[in-house]
Amino acid sequence: MQTLKIVVTGPFASGKTEFIQSVSEIDVVSTDRRISSQAERIKDATTVAMDFGRITIDEELILYLFGTPGQRRFNFMWEILSEGMLGFVVLVDSTRPETFREAQRILETFRNYSPVPYIVAANKQDLGDAWPADDLKIVLKVESGIKVVPCVAQNRESVKQVLLELLYSILEVMDQQEE
Amino acid sequence: MALKGNLKDFGITQLLNLINLARKTGTLYLEGPEGTAFLCFKEGKLVYATSGSEDVNLPTVLQRAGKLTAEQARVVQANMAGRSDRDMAMMLIQAGHIQQQDVVQSVRQYVLGLVYRIFSWNEGTFRFEPAQLPIQGKMVTSIALENVIMEGSRRLKEWERLQDELPSLDVSLKFAEKPTTPLRDINLTVEEWRVISFVNPRNTIQQIAQYNSMTEFQIRKIVYGLLQAGIVEIIKPARPAATEAPGRSQRVEDQVRVSTKARRPDVKRGLIHRLIDRIREL
Repeated sequence: MQTLKIVVTGPFASGKTEFIQSVSEIDVVSTDRRISSQAERIKDATTVAMDFGRITIDEELILYLFGTPGQRRFNFMWEILSEGMLGFVVLVDSTRPETFREAQRILETFRNYSPVPYIVAANKQDLGDAWPADDLKIVLKVESGIKVVPCVAQNRESVKQVLLELLYSILEVMDQQEE
Repeated sequence: MALKGNLKDFGITQLLNLINLARKTGTLYLEGPEGTAFLCFKEGKLVYATSGSEDVNLPTVLQRAGKLTAEQARVVQANMAGRSDRDMAMMLIQAGHIQQQDVVQSVRQYVLGLVYRIFSWNEGTFRFEPAQLPIQGKMVTSIALENVIMEGSRRLKEWERLQDELPSLDVSLKFAEKPTTPLRDINLTVEEWRVISFVNPRNTIQQIAQYNSMTEFQIRKIVYGLLQAGIVEIIKPARPAATEAPGRSQRVEDQVRVSTKARRPDVKRGLIHRLIDRIREL
């Protein structure tokens, strides 16, 4: 049995747990706890260790989706989670510009961990005050050639599209390496 | 779709950079510590800007640029009330009071001056309304943002340096007992004289700025110059206890994080295709 791993990262409350829940065939193994910090009372619970979802590809292959903890005090988990990943998704709440700087920091940190392909998913595009994906590409200083895909983490089709775009990016990198 | 946010999280430099790179057309509405302002852009270029706190029309702009006297500006405003800036410009040019180049330069100077002031706004809110251009009848310009961003950033650095040198404006000034520079060698500008005239241990720098209708940047720059020249000295209040520098915990966090590179799994194209097929089926 072979397992592959994709990491879903992003700032606090960017929608990582919902993203994984939308496509996982098991109930997401999430270690959400009630939030204690006043500053982080945007939602009722947050991921304190990691989210863990699964997609069985076939009898011999399983894809795991790992969500990183959103709160800074659990950042030590990031590098552990990034070990051996196939690629990663940086999820950004398009309606909260106050998190963009943090998203950029996370993106750069993960890029430094591993030179794997990645993609940026501009979440909450269904909301009226969402910044367009093209603008996020500029403000997050995303390299040319890296995709910034509009996303609604609660919508399975939208999440599928993000994962597919990441896999297409992985194929493109493989093509480039073979040339 | 309007872009909204907080200047604390998303600064002026980043906003202008976005507007420039995305070649946006629309108006950026700002609410900051000095009031409100709006900046208009056409295909990524700055075309107009005005501050909400002041009703600035063309005669005022020309007067500030030294192209019209206060009396000329007053007469034009009185006689052409309700007319657009364009009409006023045409009349002034045809009457030979000014040349077209004067108008272009003065408007440009005014717009740039306002934008550079806004660079120091590090708190407040912004809203960018695409395709909205409230510039009918206004004298517009067309300024590429690259240089504005660079110059604004340079001024911002100067501003930060001034803030470092003069962290609080709630201190007073007194004349140096032994000036380091002979006074006869010092040439003061009108603005510097205005500040000098209020130097008194009873007046805080903040009050001096208010008396002279100066912005924080202006007063800091002038006081910094006077301090450097050794003309005045600060009467310092008791210093608060030193606090931990912001961002320290983050730096420690970054240092602790070991930069071992994760290994990329050795996968074959076939596996990726299997993943793609399965996810499509979901």
